[in-house]
Amino acid sequence: MSVTEKTVKYLDERLGAASTARTLLRKVFPDHWSFLLGEIALFCLVVLIFTGVFLTFFYTPDARTLTYAGAYEPLRGERISAAYESTLRLSFEVRAGLIMRQTHHWAALVFVAAIVVHLCRVFFTGAFRRPRELNWVIGVVLLLLAMGEGLTGYSLPDDLLSGIGLRIVNAVVLAIPVVGTWIASLFFGGEFPAPDIISRLFVFHVMLLPALLLGLVGLHLAILVLQKHTQFPGPGRTERNVVGKRLWPEQTFKSVGLLLFVTAVLAGLGGLAQINPVWQYGPYEPFNVTSPAQPDWYIGFLDGALRLAGPWRIKLFGYEISELFWPAIVVPGIAFGVLTLWPWVERRFTKDRAEHHLLDRPRDAPLRTAIGAAGLWMFFVMFLEGGNDIFGVLLDVSVESITRILQVAFVVGPVVVGAATYFICRSLKTSQLHPARPNAGLALRRTATGGYETAPLDPTPAGAGHGDGDTARPAATVPAAEGRPPAP
Amino acid sequence: MDDGQRRARAGDELTGEQRRVERRIAVALTITALCGIALFVVYFLGGQTQVEGALFAIALASLGWAVVLWAEKLLDAREVSEDRHELTSGPSGRQALEAALLEEAGPVLRSPRRSFLVKLLAGAGGALGLALFLPVLSLGPSPGRSLFETGWRKGKKVVDEEGKPVAFDELPDDGYMTVFPEGEVGRSDSQALLIKVPRGSLQLPADRLAAVPGGTHVAYSKICTHAGCPVGLYRTATRSLLCPCHQSQFDVLNGCKPYFGPAAEPLPQLPLSVDREGNLIADGDFYAPVGPSFWNRGKS
Repeated sequence: MSVTEKTVKYLDERLGAASTARTLLRKVFPDHWSFLLGEIALFCLVVLIFTGVFLTFFYTPDARTLTYAGAYEPLRGERISAAYESTLRLSFEVRAGLIMRQTHHWAALVFVAAIVVHLCRVFFTGAFRRPRELNWVIGVVLLLLAMGEGLTGYSLPDDLLSGIGLRIVNAVVLAIPVVGTWIASLFFGGEFPAPDIISRLFVFHVMLLPALLLGLVGLHLAILVLQKHTQFPGPGRTERNVVGKRLWPEQTFKSVGLLLFVTAVLAGLGGLAQINPVWQYGPYEPFNVTSPAQPDWYIGFLDGALRLAGPWRIKLFGYEISELFWPAIVVPGIAFGVLTLWPWVERRFTKDRAEHHLLDRPRDAPLRTAIGAAGLWMFFVMFLEGGNDIFGVLLDVSVESITRILQVAFVVGPVVVGAATYFICRSLKTSQLHPARPNAGLALRRTATGGYETAPLDPTPAGAGHGDGDTARPAATVPAAEGRPPAP
Repeated sequence: MDDGQRRARAGDELTGEQRRVERRIAVALTITALCGIALFVVYFLGGQTQVEGALFAIALASLGWAVVLWAEKLLDAREVSEDRHELTSGPSGRQALEAALLEEAGPVLRSPRRSFLVKLLAGAGGALGLALFLPVLSLGPSPGRSLFETGWRKGKKVVDEEGKPVAFDELPDDGYMTVFPEGEVGRSDSQALLIKVPRGSLQLPADRLAAVPGGTHVAYSKICTHAGCPVGLYRTATRSLLCPCHQSQFDVLNGCKPYFGPAAEPLPQLPLSVDREGNLIADGDFYAPVGPSFWNRGKS
């Protein structure tokens, strides 16, 4: 008996694994580059866990101060916290420590980026529609958890920049009406800066949030396997089947390849591209500040929202609504609320309660695409405003002008961008052209059954003028016998 | 093609194309192995971050390339179609579940009295839940007066970052420095900026002006009233303070009122006077609670 046979026999007799495993291995996943975005996020998470575990072996979550006597000369003799000292030791004295720390930070940035782009793919292709609403909600929660992981991790080194970030978080918590002072005092362990906060953030960063994150990632994937992946319409693809490659061997090989590429990029960045050089910022002192000061990219839009908003403080009978309340609590509250509830919001308008396994192209749902584009525009404007001091220096424009321009762009821009997107989608839908490819004289049309067919654009195709053999080819109609009728 | 055929085909002779692919995979795997060995050498020589990064990247990318080549060229990659199955168990399946949940759970859940017991159960759960929530209150003290008070008291000496008392004639014209109450250097909520401005330039109410020794030495809280960052940048030309976090700007000569940016409140002024030795002392706490807004800030 070969080793494979022996192993299979052993496991099957004890776990009944053979038939389940076979079904799983033969599962079919459709191929499209955009389906890899979620996988990239997953592989970043793998890198984050491995590098993160290494970091915890050296990091000390302790705000107590000591006199630095380590390898980094400019700081020798200064009073710094044990947390900051252990970060410096990790960076300068632990062999391979710096590459681990930098790879971890880069992986976090790419992790959130991959989640956001994956979310955009799911949104603009309508993959959140029934029966996938629950997995959409889990996805939004995963994004929030990833941002929470980023924010807590960023604060751990206890350097000047992270301390300022934490101070702003404290102000935002204080801005919660009625209970803000209590929540801030409980979470931070007293008036800012209280010494307990570093060890609490550490518990959040390495235990509570990762446990939630991993549990929900497992659920996210389990639901994906249960419901089977969506697919783009195409030859032979219907609402009732899934056309693609099997999990074993094709998809497994490809995924392992992708894992290796993602890790290669992250390790390359971690080794070659410096990130968060905390020794240059110095230790956190509540009365010191750096300029310019920027958070990690995924918090940038919130920081930008704070810079964009006006001095809108409301005072009533000795009670106050902070000017932070609007940009830091209302805006993200609405943004993530709409995002979470989007499947139900859209259903209210489309009255579409049917199951969908075939994806839309963005142009197929012009209004959804327009709203999504307007939302991305607002995100982008807030993000830009988060770097207004940097752009001010780069462009030699005053910070005031940049803020004024972006305030206008934030209010007017979404309407313009949304309307433009809407009409572009409409016209693409009518003209049947591909936005990014030269006109090959062929149009791709959606059939009544949800498939696609290509047909000559020109009603009198002679192949003349185009010089592209494609036009002479007879139109290929996709048989979609199994397809369900389109949604009412 | 069934599995039997597939197995038979595995023993087939490789085509010329496949042999070329095999050679490329072999090269890629060799590169990975060499980089792995090089990583050993680098590590035991003491480690070097950039070289480690480059070697890691090349080793992993090369291995990834090998795997992808293998998947693309050497596997029998074919598109197959799999049927989707109905997700729902249908009305009968749902009824069976409901039956299992309720009807088979004994008479308690079915009887008319169940609503009474269920309500009581909810009440018991609620009371216990609240009790279990109590330890959360141990996480921090009651906010109490902490946000209203700082370390400044009437008569407290003004000291610099080294803890040295600040003499009235110490600051040059348009000079400024971060100051603390004596014995509390570094205390976050007590940090203040002492600025020397030209005599007669301050536009303050008479009682506030009286707390500016010489009409020149004015002090304000250094904590931005917007989000709590230290207002670190003093621009002498405009006599304005700029918060580097969100670019709020405060007019020093006019009670540090904000004139640009998101901050809504002035930086609270610290009343000062001069003691017999000519050193600056506080004449009391800040005129208003320092730092960002909070719910009951107006109830001081």
